[in-house]
Amino acid sequence: MAINTANPGAQDLGQAPKLKSRSNYGRNADGSRPTRVSAWISRLVMLAVLLLFSLPVYWMIISALKTPEELAQFPPTLFPTELRWENFYDAVTVMPFWTFFRNSAIITISVVVFSVISNFIVAYGFACIEWPGRNKVFFIVLATLFLPFPVTLIPMFDMWAALGFVNTFVPLIVPALFAGGFFTFLLRQFMLQTPRDMLDAARVDGASEWSIAWRIVFPTARPAITVIAIFAAVGTWNDFMGPLIYLQDEDKQTLSIGMEVFRSVNSQDVQFNLLMAASFLVLLPLVILFFIFQRYFVSGITLGGFK
Amino acid sequence: MSASDVVATDTPRTGPSGPGPAADPTARSGPRAGDGTAGTRPVKRKLTGREKRNLRMGLLFISPWIIGVTVFVIYPLIYSFAISLTQYSGMQSPTFIGFQNYIAAFLDPLVRTAVGNTVYYMLLAVPIGLVVALLLALAMNRNVREVALYRTLLYLPSLIPMFALSFIFIVFVNPQYGIVNQFLGLFGMPATNLLGDPQYAKIVMIVMAQLGAGNAALIYLAGLRNIPDTLYEAARIDGASRFRQFFAITVPLLTPTILFNLITGVSGAMMVFTEAFIMTDGGPDNSTLFYMLYLWRNAFSYGQLGFASALAVLLFLFGMLLAGLIYWLSRRFVNYDVSAG
Repeated sequence: MAINTANPGAQDLGQAPKLKSRSNYGRNADGSRPTRVSAWISRLVMLAVLLLFSLPVYWMIISALKTPEELAQFPPTLFPTELRWENFYDAVTVMPFWTFFRNSAIITISVVVFSVISNFIVAYGFACIEWPGRNKVFFIVLATLFLPFPVTLIPMFDMWAALGFVNTFVPLIVPALFAGGFFTFLLRQFMLQTPRDMLDAARVDGASEWSIAWRIVFPTARPAITVIAIFAAVGTWNDFMGPLIYLQDEDKQTLSIGMEVFRSVNSQDVQFNLLMAASFLVLLPLVILFFIFQRYFVSGITLGGFK
Repeated sequence: MSASDVVATDTPRTGPSGPGPAADPTARSGPRAGDGTAGTRPVKRKLTGREKRNLRMGLLFISPWIIGVTVFVIYPLIYSFAISLTQYSGMQSPTFIGFQNYIAAFLDPLVRTAVGNTVYYMLLAVPIGLVVALLLALAMNRNVREVALYRTLLYLPSLIPMFALSFIFIVFVNPQYGIVNQFLGLFGMPATNLLGDPQYAKIVMIVMAQLGAGNAALIYLAGLRNIPDTLYEAARIDGASRFRQFFAITVPLLTPTILFNLITGVSGAMMVFTEAFIMTDGGPDNSTLFYMLYLWRNAFSYGQLGFASALAVLLFLFGMLLAGLIYWLSRRFVNYDVSAG
């Protein structure tokens, strides 16, 4: 017993320095305490930013779950007292949700695949092959970023109408086959950082440009290609003006248009809870897709041979 | 430089006749950031065959874009320019009036207001956006287990279409019960109708635009992942602080990405439209009448397609000027040479 009461103090003295030296708590070299405090500060800042950025989505979800009566309350409640899950059911049944979903999916998948392939090929031509005048020609790519969209609206519609492709998916998908603008610019920026020696070595070994592009450059550019795929998916999935202009039959509409139909059906009183429920359902596939694909930012470069 | 540039485009034709002009393209590519291997090239000075081959391959690879730019950019641009020289409502056939639409654009006080608003928006939103997006990207790049959650949460608002986000924000900034006013109330700010006040309406939109910073952040993130870890390891061994590492390694190697985000940010700010269209319709007092909104009104509300086309052509020319300026300046600070590490 007496040993017991005497020992704890001795043990404390003996163990404390041991712990410190073993696991190097909070980077002792820089002073251990400030580092730990700053880590907590950065964690707090992070939390605040996350809250701020989640706010619109949170508000969308709670609105989607509110009853019409609660939605009409002032001030709006931050936590719905009664959750009305039927909103989601109503949102799906008010419009032919699954037909629209299928149309959106067909268009989006086609655009993503075509955009990635075409933009990659063109960006390779701008970044990895040194041909005379390429920087000057590339400036035209830059210039196209500054083309106001009303400029193309009317001429394009006239063209697709003349070709007989209005009310088909063609005007929405085919342009993706012809790279340009943001995506080519983005990929080129990344590919310019590919070490030239690597390309030249492959050329000396007799590899064709085509196989260098797909076997060497494509894997190294994976983070950037993932970005393009995500942007193409989000842009096409949410595209409102394109389908509005080119699609006429109801069974050809996309989800973003479907929401508009849904809104005008109830034009007298916009049922915000249903609109938000529909918006949330439309958003969900994108969120899942992003959650899956974000990991490609991590696994991108180690395959490339930079290290 | 510019004189040799002109020669360079002609070299494939005249090249084989003499080594003089053929040497120009290689000499020219020396100081450019992208053409880092120029120093090893002079040995192949006489190989215009390779230059020719490269030109052919290069054009082959960019051929999809050549077709696309002709059909989807040059053709509509010519079409628009033709319309801009006419009086055209979309109903009757256009009548040619020369450059009167352009003269009218320069005399229109609302065009001046719109340009002022757009430039104000651009000067604030673009630099703020660049910094916010970079901070987000650094957060998205943290080496913790729950990083997928950070990435998704920070990117979420960028997934919401701008029109839906605008609706949500209208409620957020409501003077009576909006969250923003309640938050500002904590600091003793009186409840103000932020969107109804010419002083604040643009600011609200600039702040709201930051919720969409996730897009630019993703691009930064891809750029961050492209920086070899070995550089940081070397720096750590040399005892460089994190601060020092950020400004000596991260920022210089991100310059191509920063250039990208700068140019797309400027082009986006130049065409800011949806939020003003939905939230304020240009008001109060025309304080959110952005150039694109005025253009849109002329085209689709006032039925002045000729005038709207003139505005579009002017906007495009201004954008090209800005892009040229940024691109030209970028040669001084953009660094593509990662292989040195």
